[in-house]
Parts: sequence; C-alpha cells; structure tokens
Amino acid sequence: MIPHSALFNKAKDRNYVADPAQAPTEDYHDIVDELEKEGEWIVHRVPDPAIEVKNKYNRTKKIPVEKTWHHKSCGQCGHIPGYSTAVFWINRQLGLDHHDPSDQTSCTAWNYYASATSNAAAQAAVAMRNFAAAHETGYYPIIHCATSFGHYKETRQQLIHNPELRRQVKKILEKLGKKLIMPEEIVHYSEWVHAMRDRIAERQVVDMSGLRATIHPACHYHKLIGEDAIYAPEVYGAQRSAIITSLLQTLGIDVRDYSTWYDCCGFGFRHILVSRDFSRSFAVQRKIEVMKEEADPDILISHDTGCVTTLDQSQFAGRAHDRNVGLPVMSDSQLAALAMGAHPYKVLQLHWHSTDNKPFLEKLGIDHRRAWAEFEAVTDEIRSGKREYLTWEDCDV
Amino acid sequence: MSAQPPATPGRLDLSGRQYAHVDYDEKERLFEEVKGDLRFDEYLYGCYECGICVASCPSARFYDFSPRKIAQTMAREDVDLFYVFLNDSVWDCSQCFSCDVCPRKNSPGGVITVMREVAVKNGLASAAEALEGYGRVVYKIMSTGTQVSPDMLSANAFPDWGPHVEEIAKNLDVWRRALPPETMHTTETSWQVDDKTIIELYLIWHMTGVMDMIKEVDEGLFMILQDVMEEKLEDAGYDVSFD
Repeated sequence: MIPHSALFNKAKDRNYVADPAQAPTEDYHDIVDELEKEGEWIVHRVPDPAIEVKNKYNRTKKIPVEKTWHHKSCGQCGHIPGYSTAVFWINRQLGLDHHDPSDQTSCTAWNYYASATSNAAAQAAVAMRNFAAAHETGYYPIIHCATSFGHYKETRQQLIHNPELRRQVKKILEKLGKKLIMPEEIVHYSEWVHAMRDRIAERQVVDMSGLRATIHPACHYHKLIGEDAIYAPEVYGAQRSAIITSLLQTLGIDVRDYSTWYDCCGFGFRHILVSRDFSRSFAVQRKIEVMKEEADPDILISHDTGCVTTLDQSQFAGRAHDRNVGLPVMSDSQLAALAMGAHPYKVLQLHWHSTDNKPFLEKLGIDHRRAWAEFEAVTDEIRSGKREYLTWEDCDV
Repeated sequence: MSAQPPATPGRLDLSGRQYAHVDYDEKERLFEEVKGDLRFDEYLYGCYECGICVASCPSARFYDFSPRKIAQTMAREDVDLFYVFLNDSVWDCSQCFSCDVCPRKNSPGGVITVMREVAVKNGLASAAEALEGYGRVVYKIMSTGTQVSPDMLSANAFPDWGPHVEEIAKNLDVWRRALPPETMHTTETSWQVDDKTIIELYLIWHMTGVMDMIKEVDEGLFMILQDVMEEKLEDAGYDVSFD
C-alpha cells in the first residue's frame, strides 16, 4: 500500500497552472456583461480598490477591499454569532468602510436544500431582491455563508441560461419597485479574508507559529459551481481551493493534510435538523477522527455555517460513545480576529461553541479565565440595567 | 404468493412492487414534470456508470443511497424505478453537491433537488413524512426571513449538542445584547430584518406559487402562514389572498 504521506508530498510538489482557454466552462464574466449590453440587467461593478485573484480556471476574480454590504448568514448570526461578529470586527480594526444591512433576508437556501418547499423562480427572486437592496446602498455584496454563495452562483447560472426565468424574476422585482441587478462577481467573505491576509498578518499580535491545524473547505464553496472558487499555486499547487489554508499559513500555522479532506461535513441541511444521527456519525467518523488520527491538530478551521455547526456540535455525542473527539472548531474569521488580538468572548463569542476550546486558548497563552470574567462583568451590567448593550468601542484593541 | 423475498429493513426495495398499486400514468406524469423543469437539461447529460458520484457521496456511506442509480434511472427513463426513488430515496441526499465531480457533467444532486420539489408540489405522502418535524423551520424562514433563530436553541430541540445549549437558552436575551453588531440583538430572528423587507419576501412567496406548495404538503402550516402573511400585507396596504 502506498503510504498516505507520500501521496500528500507528491500533491504538494505539483504546480498546476490552469489555462483559461482550455476551461471546460464558459466565462460567466463575459455572459454577465453581454446580458447587461442587451439591457437584461445592470451589473453591479466591484468597487475600487479591488484585489485581483485567480479562480479555478485561472480567470481573474476581483475582490473588493471595502464599501462592502454584508449578506449575513442566519445560521452564523443565530447560533455561532462570533463568526459574523469577527468579520465585522476585522473590517472595523482595519478602518474599512462596510455596511451591515437590515434590508436583507436569508438566501433561504438552507431551507430549500432541506425541504424543497420553494422553486427556482422564488429562489432567484429572493437572491435578486437582496442584490438590488445592496445596489441601492452603493455597497457591494459580500456573502457570509457558503451555501448562500453556492446558491447564488447556481441562481446566476440559471438566470444566464433561461430567458423565461429572467423575465419572470424581472417582473417580480418590478412589482417590488426594484431593478434586476447582477453583481460582477459573487464574493464569499473567506475570499475577502484571503485577499486581505497580509494586512491581517501585519496586525497579528498573537504568535501562532506553534499551532497545528486542519481545515475543512465547504462543499458549496468549491463543489457547487466550483469555478468561482479561488485557487493559488502556493496552496497545494492550485489543486485545492486556496482560502483558509492561505490565511493560516500567512499567520504562521502548520496546516496539516488528512485523507478525507474532500468529504462533506455531514450537515445534510435536513439531516442536521431532523436526522442528526447521520450528521453526528459522519462528522465524527469521517472528519474529526480522521483528522485527529492522521494530523493531530490543535484546531479545525472551516468557513461555512453548516460546517462549523456540524463539526463542532456533533462531538458532544461522540464523547458519550468514547470516540476520538475533542477538536475545537472555529471559522477563519474568528481565527484571524484572534490573531489580531480580539477578545475570545466579546468578539469571538466562544461560549456559543460546544467543543472545549480552552486548551487551545491556553496553548496561545491567552488567559481565558480572565477573559470570561471580563465578559461576565459586561453581562452583569446588562442584567442590572447599568448598560443596554456591548458596543464596538468595548471591543476595540 | 410473491416469488420475491420480503424487503430487508434499511435496504431500498427496487422491485417497485410497493408501488404496483399506483397507476403508471401517474408515475409518468410526475416523471415528465421533473424532466420538464427548466434546470433538468443542465443537470443530466447521460451516465458513464463510473460511480465517482457514489464514491464522493456522504449519504451513500450511511444509507442505501446511490446518486449513480438515480442518474441512470432518469437517463434511461425508467418510470417505475423513478417512482421508487422519488418516494424512498431522494430525502436521504445531503445536497452537498459532491456528486458534481461527475466527469459527464451531471449533477445528480441537482436532479434530486428537482425531484424533491415535484414530490412537495404534488403533496406526496412520502414528502409530507420526510418533512415531519420540519414545519417550525419552514414557518420561521417563510415568516421572518431568517431560518435558524437564536430562540430555537433549546435543550429539547438539541439534546445531543451539549450542556452549553441550555446555558445559551437560559442567558439568551443578555447574551444577544452582549453582541457588538447592532443588528444582532434579536432573539426571534438571526438579525433585525426591516418590515419592508419582510413584506417584499411575502410578495415573492405569493407571486411564485410557494404558498401553493406548502398547502399541498402541510395544510396546517399553510393556514398559520396565511394568517400571519395576510395580516401583515393588509397592514402594509396590499390586498393579497393566498387562497
């Protein structure tokens, strides 16, 4: 049998450069522009300054630095709120203009992939309503959830190829008093983190050079309409998407490979809510245990609502069965914020996570007992009525 | 007496005998509805029968589930077998789209999305059964615009996630106010959604026939949603009926 490590090393040594002329898909940029010329929609251009990166087929993708409209995730904001908070906190610390809208709905795709209680026209109308709302503010949409990101790419593909669907959605938007707006690029927040990784590293105050990490890339990021995903030669020879790994390596972390990296997390959309036996088993047996056995990581970093939820929350039941669990899980935004000195509870909100992350904080030299006492001092003041909320000013470094 | 052995628990019965009582014309009507969907031609081009989709499929590891068999069945237009998968298999799919790795450029996961939609739209009993316990999630997303709200985190709903869930539920209001983003101080929605935005969402559900789908698969849920939406729309000056 060929040792697994030998395969990894071989993969790392390859340096694959995709030729856009040989790409198996049409370039969506060309079609989106063409449809604008034909008056089918208005293209929302990526604002300057933008950072240029390469997608799967080595086509250029533009990532906005600021003037970003944050399309939030219901699962992140609802159940792992430090995830989105960290994205906003990094923007604030870097002094970047951004907008957190209340004129935004969920993409509704978690429900759609779980229950199918919707249809192509409704899903496209929800997407285009959000894009129109972003355009009205002058800020550019940046998508927090990988499923929203994947679903919006699907929606763009369907709208490109189906004039009848375009007409139907355009008519619906007209009734809402909105125009049909298609973003020049559909951008995931992890892509923004990837593009900004050097600026994040410039502000790094926590030494992470002794850390070992594994990553889990979200299926809806790199498999569902995979060509939008960012690839870079310095990350696995551009044979896997670059996001997360690029950030971690820039922060000095040892990113370790494992044999089931391509597997999904076990989220399943409906399964995580009504058939969790599947989600738990898959997350523990195909992801967490494999990572621990093959890579011995201190931390698992992912970048999607469902992945962080499933990989973190599934480990508690695994303990009852004496499985090899106990691997803390965070998003790349939380880790980036932590590196920049963010408070583990006021910003990262780690008390919403399940798997014990205290040993990880201790390894970084962070006094979590003191940090928790500081957070509790705030919640005591809220309870007593001395203050109404925790504010951004309370979280600045 | 049947010459075939009884179905094995946990194994998919592909014989079709369990649906022998359903008219072929009805099965064919549903098959044609799937095939007629605007996305179908981009989701299925044929099948090399290579099984790469199965190798990448998480559901195939834990269920008697095969994206390859579903793709082949649709490509061969096997209407009887289609009906078996429509009822007994499609809800096992994880919708991760790992199967998009297909060298033939099929998307078995996409075909399954359409099949599920047809099952819901036609009120199949199997779809209603698959969605049992899911009504509160559909209600939340359709009525509020965000899906999994903070107040859904309770020890009863997630007993297997650990004691921190109970801690969150106990401290929910204070912990939400201990979040710096102003839009996230909410407990019933994941973030603050404008009334105008919700009205626009209701109008989308109305104009795209989504409420009709809900009515087919869960009439009780439909009635609750109807009450909530019609009242808000009326208050906003819209004369819209979901009947």
